[in-house]
Amino acid sequence: MLTLPPFQYHRPTSVAEAVALLGEHGGKAKLIAGGTDLVPNMKHRLHTPEHVIGLRDVAELHRVGSRDGALTIGAMVTLADLARDERVSAIFPSLTKAASQIAGPQLREMGTVGGNLALDTRCVYYNQTYFWRKALGYCLKKDGTVCHVVKGGQKCVAAASNDTAPVLIALGATVRLVSPRGAREVPLDQFYVADGVKNTVLEPDELLTEVRVLLPQGRLVNGYQKLRIRASIDYPSLTVAVAAWLEKDGSAQWIRMVLSALGSRPHPVKRIEHLFGKPIDAAAIEELGQAAFKQCHPLTNINVDPGWRRQMIPVFVRRAWAQALAIRS
Amino acid sequence: MARPSKQLVRLDVNQDVHDVAVEPRTTLLEAIRYALRLTGSKQGCDKGDCGACTVLVDGRPVLSCISLAVEGQGRKITTIEGLADGNHAHPVQDAFDVCGALQCGFCQSGMMLSAAALLEQNPRPSRDAIKEALSGNLCRCTGYTQILDAVEVASGQRDVPERDERPTTVRR
Repeated sequence: MLTLPPFQYHRPTSVAEAVALLGEHGGKAKLIAGGTDLVPNMKHRLHTPEHVIGLRDVAELHRVGSRDGALTIGAMVTLADLARDERVSAIFPSLTKAASQIAGPQLREMGTVGGNLALDTRCVYYNQTYFWRKALGYCLKKDGTVCHVVKGGQKCVAAASNDTAPVLIALGATVRLVSPRGAREVPLDQFYVADGVKNTVLEPDELLTEVRVLLPQGRLVNGYQKLRIRASIDYPSLTVAVAAWLEKDGSAQWIRMVLSALGSRPHPVKRIEHLFGKPIDAAAIEELGQAAFKQCHPLTNINVDPGWRRQMIPVFVRRAWAQALAIRS
Repeated sequence: MARPSKQLVRLDVNQDVHDVAVEPRTTLLEAIRYALRLTGSKQGCDKGDCGACTVLVDGRPVLSCISLAVEGQGRKITTIEGLADGNHAHPVQDAFDVCGALQCGFCQSGMMLSAAALLEQNPRPSRDAIKEALSGNLCRCTGYTQILDAVEVASGQRDVPERDERPTTVRR
């Protein structure tokens, strides 16, 4: 039996009201959407906020729509509803695939898009009960000064474990952040920073209200692959998201590939620009796999063999492209 | 911090409306089990991994151990106690019985609610769809085979198995 620490609960009905509460309580408050990340973490005393602000009644956050040539997904849209949305699967099958593979069925009915993007980083030395963490002398991310993953490490390497993040970065999404100081639009790639303690630029008084993904004008191909021990419930041990824009002759105008569940932020694979302007053939896919393999180094932050996860990188890159190119949209 | 005072929350559980005094930190599972005394919903891992606490909220299966009771207000909650229609067992309950789809029974409430929610959406699910829908409910006894069979029986896609006449150590 795991109890929650005490807190005061607030139930705003509009973004303005929610943001005002954040302005008032800021660093002492936590937002709750589906609760699937926050509640277990609070039970483990990883967060002990004085105020919890429930977003369930904020109707404007529950909508999927399109505006100015972009698909907009409200932060409170559940992962199950996102996975079932035919407008999304018709254009962005990789997003549907990612959403439909997050955790298990009940967790997808509860968990939300905003919550998945703002998911706390995870580590085998962090996501434990207070008793467990105390016995080990705590860790760099919470209450302690020592990293148990990287000996002598001064920077937390807890893993970004959100499935939708690598996909939405590959698709070039932006997020809208609202605070009492105003609103800002941030490219999702710049939303994440390489710090496992807090891996986003989200300020304590900011609310992520929606994700925007530009609707493609031409031929967008996209795919997603996820490695985990069990095909349900488990967080990812490795994720690969790929996207490319194909010209009429089959050559790629641009290619994006993002790997995650490795370090503290999703990793867009770099130095692949020389493959732009050419078709994505077997040789190109092999080269993309090798580029990803060289740039990504799994750690013991997840309780799954890092050697196996690394060897699976080129395999999953291959599978992701095979999937993307077979379901051309 | 000082413990915030309790507040009244109106919970619609199995079509009975209850006014329950809870702290904000009370989980929906704690309210159901300890305030309403409906102990069919089980407290297993208590952190959203095992599915034993599954209840239906507005018809969708959710984990009550990581839901807040205060957020249950205004929503229709169904627990295992409310699955049967009066004196008539739900088809899933009948099927679990005739298939012997349980041993210790701890996971069973959650299993049956996940199965009932699936059949509501998809009356004739494939074996893979059943596996997927029940993949958030862990069972440590059965090996799952009879559970999957039971959902197929409940959806009319499999014949009721013949009664196993081998002697048992338990006299009926």
